[in-house]
Amino acid sequence: MSTSQTGAGSDPVEGAAVPAGSVVEAAAAPAVSTKKATRPDRSGEPLLQVENLGKHFPVTAGLLRRQVAAVKAVDGVSFSVHKGETLGLVGESGCGKTTTGRMIMRLLDSSFGRITFEGQDITKLSQQKMRPLRRDLQMIFQDPYSSLNPRQTVGSIVGAPFRLQKLQTESGVKKAVQDLLELVGLNPEHYNRYPHEFSGGQRQRIGIARTLALKPRLIVADEPVSALDVSIQAQVVNLLEDLQDELDLTYVVIAHDLSVVRHISDRIAVMYLGKIVEISDGHDLYAAPMHPYTNALLSAVPIPDPAGRRGRERIRLQGDVPSPLDPPPACRFHTRCWKAQDICKRIEPPLVELAPGHQTACHFPENAPAGATELVARAAAEQEASAPVAASGGRRHVGKHR
Amino acid sequence: MGDKATGTLDEGAVGAGSSPPTAFLEVRDLRIHFPTDDGLVRSVDGLSFALERGRTLGIVGESGSGKSVTSLGILGLHNRRNAKVSGEIWLDGQELVGAQPDRVRRLRGRHMAMIFQDPLSAMHPFYTVGNQIIEAYRVHNDVSKKVARKHAIDMLGRVGIPKPDSRVDDYPHQFSGGMRQRAMIAMALSCDPELLIADEPTTALDVTVQAQILDLLRDLQEEFNSAIIMITHDLGVVAEMADDVLVMYAGRCVEQATVDEAFHRPLHPYTWGLLGSMPRLDRERSERLMPIKGSPPSLINVPVGCAFSPRCAYAGLNDGRSESERPELVELEPGHRAACHLPLEQRREIWESEIRSKL
Repeated sequence: MSTSQTGAGSDPVEGAAVPAGSVVEAAAAPAVSTKKATRPDRSGEPLLQVENLGKHFPVTAGLLRRQVAAVKAVDGVSFSVHKGETLGLVGESGCGKTTTGRMIMRLLDSSFGRITFEGQDITKLSQQKMRPLRRDLQMIFQDPYSSLNPRQTVGSIVGAPFRLQKLQTESGVKKAVQDLLELVGLNPEHYNRYPHEFSGGQRQRIGIARTLALKPRLIVADEPVSALDVSIQAQVVNLLEDLQDELDLTYVVIAHDLSVVRHISDRIAVMYLGKIVEISDGHDLYAAPMHPYTNALLSAVPIPDPAGRRGRERIRLQGDVPSPLDPPPACRFHTRCWKAQDICKRIEPPLVELAPGHQTACHFPENAPAGATELVARAAAEQEASAPVAASGGRRHVGKHR
Repeated sequence: MGDKATGTLDEGAVGAGSSPPTAFLEVRDLRIHFPTDDGLVRSVDGLSFALERGRTLGIVGESGSGKSVTSLGILGLHNRRNAKVSGEIWLDGQELVGAQPDRVRRLRGRHMAMIFQDPLSAMHPFYTVGNQIIEAYRVHNDVSKKVARKHAIDMLGRVGIPKPDSRVDDYPHQFSGGMRQRAMIAMALSCDPELLIADEPTTALDVTVQAQILDLLRDLQEEFNSAIIMITHDLGVVAEMADDVLVMYAGRCVEQATVDEAFHRPLHPYTWGLLGSMPRLDRERSERLMPIKGSPPSLINVPVGCAFSPRCAYAGLNDGRSESERPELVELEPGHRAACHLPLEQRREIWESEIRSKL
């Protein structure tokens, strides 16, 4: 990096600096949030499109490390994310939500399926070809303790993206980093401090500052607040929302806390054992969940109101999530589902749009409009007709993967 | 204690100066301090509460507020060489702080037991689940291995582990997270303890499993009539489980009330802050959360005056008393105590007009 780069390199600095100022102003005049006043435009081409994406981790045995089985962590998920929108991915541990997030980031190679970012297929791009795109795709990690290098100063951590993308002169980087620290509500004078000098919430802010450094277009936040205390959680959630308004960010938020996800997401996808079982507008999902699993999840969340604990109808799932090594055939939820019938064990229910913008994969959906069962049956029949091809295609990919 | 502690457990009550209480568990002015190179860490600084059998006390607070230190203190699990414990803990008429470690050890497991947050690190990876339960049972009961094993299988079955007679010989890593937590509950309950301390028992678990475990604890409490201390940071869990709530901040109790009072008429700004910080599923989606500004204080340098004052939105309404004088925990209504300088009427008004509507 040389100082002669200033001409070309100064843009990102200003880019980072401009929103910094404006968010500070916004913070000075708080309370009025324009959040959700303008709903993200979902008519145009999506920013991110995921089609039938899957990841099977091979299980090997013996001297030759022959593959004996596969952990079907993600098994064909499809969704799209539009600009300015927040998609929440929820599910229990082991449902594949983090794996999905890491595949979108290309931190993990997918076993099959397609990821399209801004119209470009990035599924098989090489590391080298991915590098320029990394500016636009960034990640917020769960654990603010292990995601920051303890030997580096905050300045060096937050400035790393600039160095890696060869964008700045040193003095310019310092200014940009300080603006970023201010943007996320940290004191810019803490530039030379080390991560251990900060609390958990502040560390998460450092991670967010690093994520924002290159003005990414899509941010995948993997459990961004679950390691934080309640009062700090709320601060970080508000910060993420403010930044979205200010910088027009697009989020994919992965979380297991259904109340946090509802709060920040426009649309929510519920995952179970590597599949999306329901995807819908946030409000509809919580007001009228269709999939029994979503119902069970929602009813399991403890409600912070002692008055409600006696009257509330509870659905209690029995047992644990089955192993993704050998998931149940057809509908994966049938082993724990109280509505399960014979068909659930034979035919996999496809993801069908039963209400505008509300898709669910269930033979016997709840809160569904009249005629939903027939709709599902027809879609299932269609899927059956074309299934053998798709299924064998999937398996072939597994075999290829080392 | 001056006299050599021998013989019956009842002698523990004699040496401790003040009168034994009527409640099943009573903690009086408990202080647990840790001298460190950086200064004295006042993890628990004057905590008092009482608990009856068959009731559940929820202790809420952020990390570092002294919740877990309190629970370890009750069980007598602090190393006396690096922890300074003072105050009184009365369990069923026996004082524990001044008691000999050996005496406390005989109570531990039999009369009081603990469920830890992370069952994978709380169980020994090298012994089977059954052996760990058998060991705990045989320490307190003079029975043969065979009888103890049968008891262990019984317990595992009772907490809902399928096929307990074969799973009893499994190692902890062969259990799933929810099952490990069940196994730990089985271990804690193996001697029918009267006091059960659950330290974040469901934090590491998924919501559906959490619901199962909470149901299990409720059922077992009904069966054994035990007193439960439920330590958690999740107000939802408290609302579901607890009869009484104790809110801790910086090692002290800032508010204590019945669960209905605490959620519907809280009288401390910190409790308001906790309630406002949570997105809630049972309400319309709010535009913004109302977080508490700043972060919890260091327990070495607890702010002078009210420890919460630097983060309190209403600290300025007290003519500087919040920064100079520590508010006492006073009983404002029967069973409802709070430590705040704001006049009670004003607090009620702020809650009704400013806070409640935004939750």
